[in-house]
Amino acid sequence: MTKKMDNTTRYERLRERYMNGDLDRRSFLGLIGAAGLAYGVTTPFARYANAQTVSQVRFDGWGGVVSEAFREHAFDPYTAKTGIEVVDGTFGGGDEYLSRVKASQEGEYNIAHLSGVFDYARYHNLGLSAELNEDNIPNLEFVIPKLVDVFRKVSDGKLSCVPYDYGTTGIAYNRKHISDEEAKEKGAMLLIDEAYKGKIAGWSDWRTRLWYAALQTGQDPNNIEDIEAAWDAVRKHRDLSLKYWGSGAELMSLLAEEEIYVTEGWSGRIYALQEQGHDMGYIDPPNGMGWQECLFVIKGSPMEACEELLNFMLAPETSIAVAEGQNYPPALDPQKVDLGDKIPTLPAFDPTGKLDGLTFADPAYWNGNEQEWSKTFGRVQKGY
Amino acid sequence: MSVEAREARQPWILLSPALTAVALLLFVPLIFIVIYSFWLRTATGADEVGFFLDNWQEALSDAFYRDILLNTLKIAAITTFVCAVMGYPAAYFIARAKGNKVILLLLLMLPFWISYIIRTMSWINILGVSGALNSALIWLGLIDDPIQMLYNETTVILGLVHFLLPFMVLNVFVSLDGIDTNLEDAANSLGATRWQAFLQVTLPLSLPGLAAGGLLCFVLGAGTYITPLVLGGPSDAMFANLVFEAIITQLNWPLGSALSLMLLAVLGALVLIYNRYLGMAQLMKGLG
Repeated sequence: MTKKMDNTTRYERLRERYMNGDLDRRSFLGLIGAAGLAYGVTTPFARYANAQTVSQVRFDGWGGVVSEAFREHAFDPYTAKTGIEVVDGTFGGGDEYLSRVKASQEGEYNIAHLSGVFDYARYHNLGLSAELNEDNIPNLEFVIPKLVDVFRKVSDGKLSCVPYDYGTTGIAYNRKHISDEEAKEKGAMLLIDEAYKGKIAGWSDWRTRLWYAALQTGQDPNNIEDIEAAWDAVRKHRDLSLKYWGSGAELMSLLAEEEIYVTEGWSGRIYALQEQGHDMGYIDPPNGMGWQECLFVIKGSPMEACEELLNFMLAPETSIAVAEGQNYPPALDPQKVDLGDKIPTLPAFDPTGKLDGLTFADPAYWNGNEQEWSKTFGRVQKGY
Repeated sequence: MSVEAREARQPWILLSPALTAVALLLFVPLIFIVIYSFWLRTATGADEVGFFLDNWQEALSDAFYRDILLNTLKIAAITTFVCAVMGYPAAYFIARAKGNKVILLLLLMLPFWISYIIRTMSWINILGVSGALNSALIWLGLIDDPIQMLYNETTVILGLVHFLLPFMVLNVFVSLDGIDTNLEDAANSLGATRWQAFLQVTLPLSLPGLAAGGLLCFVLGAGTYITPLVLGGPSDAMFANLVFEAIITQLNWPLGSALSLMLLAVLGALVLIYNRYLGMAQLMKGLG
């Protein structure tokens, strides 16, 4: 059997031959120089070859309270246990992040906290998905099966992500100005109520705008038949709105500062506002927008390190702590795991683990129309 | 090699690091953008490599892009005018100050030490419903309910003026500082009032500085996208926002490239016109 010799041993033997007089000085220095040159030439590529000896993994998420929760409850304990540093970055939306990944070198971005199955499908269709070795993620067994299955369908039975949490984009309103009864009665129509002109806002995301436009025009968001009526509803909302917000922080600021009284909002962020003492109401109208988030591993990442991190993050104690920090229910099945006291009180939580009460976006439908609708929204947004 | 030949080569040798940086960081990326503008974006978001004129055809023929471009030029022009009106007196005051001009110039430069985004966002705390101005007006009893001042075209212009005013002041200051004050005294001794001396002597001599500041404000203002994003309402967008949306939201890099080149061409034409009539030397003085 041939024993593999490392560079240190190789150098020591060479030095020994030189010291013993078996090798002249010129040859010794020539060989050392050649070794240095070879190392210099290969170093830029060595990181790919040494991908498994990782010292850090990059994670990108939504920032704010969500990132803080990850840092405190997942990354720091993971680093303490494994010695692998987690570098966390933030993004304002899936579209922006996808552009960054597209412009990057393979392996530069590793794990992303993606929203929605449609984002997963987009990444997969662009060839950015990896294949997880599920044997390395035993905690996947605790996850609600329905959440896992939808991802499998997109990527031919394999997984490039693990589901992590879910929530809704419902209607958030300031109770000082809008009562719970009024919000419940008007539902999605509250966002195009002329009585609140200049005190309405909305997310500058074309999918959300069209989803609510579908509700406002009495249509199924996953099968909009009269798209012109939906665009008219988007225009009406635009004309009544003070501002389109672009991040969770901006959403919270607009509501907290009372610049606006009503907007659609992310359930966890609104819960965070309520926890801070702001008198905010939150409802999910019928067919309200449900979504699930996942931890997506991008092609070219150090798979074993990423899988280890995913398994660590899915561990019930970590997952519950993160969920309590970010105010979104975890993807863990309440029928298999005791989720504690706080999580059952979070908006959108389903104690059955079946998630039958939530309407999720059909990835094929929304991605099929993405090119046309995102472009049209860009124009409608600007007054067209 | 002759002495003349060696001397002729020396400037190029000294310039080579800068030229290399400009070539690698400006021209090479620009060539990539030009190439990208002829590709196509497919339905999945991937790019189709080839030579297609579709993006250019769309960018040049669609009234939507033309309207937003005209609106962008309008906002940049208003901003430049406001900067000139506000900046000239400030520059005049600094140039004619008897005390230490360095301190005044340092104060002018202070805002540059703070991030442009933070400076832009500061207006939310000033003009917001619960901001400083509304709180002061309510406290003084002048209004009962806060006034909605944010998120419109006026606040976009205000944010741009806040960002660009120092560029105008610096350029006008450089121009005014170089004017011999004896010329004004001479005009006065010949019977001109102070106002006439200013209008007929100082102002014409300082026009190149005003024009250089105007050009800088206009070009920087027309190319911004952060200000309308932070301080604008739903419909307040400038041309750079279209580039941002095409590239980031729609993942349509080819169209975004064509749009960015279109904006570059319009602003580049303005710079060329300026150079034709006023020369770049004044601009360099202001930037220096």
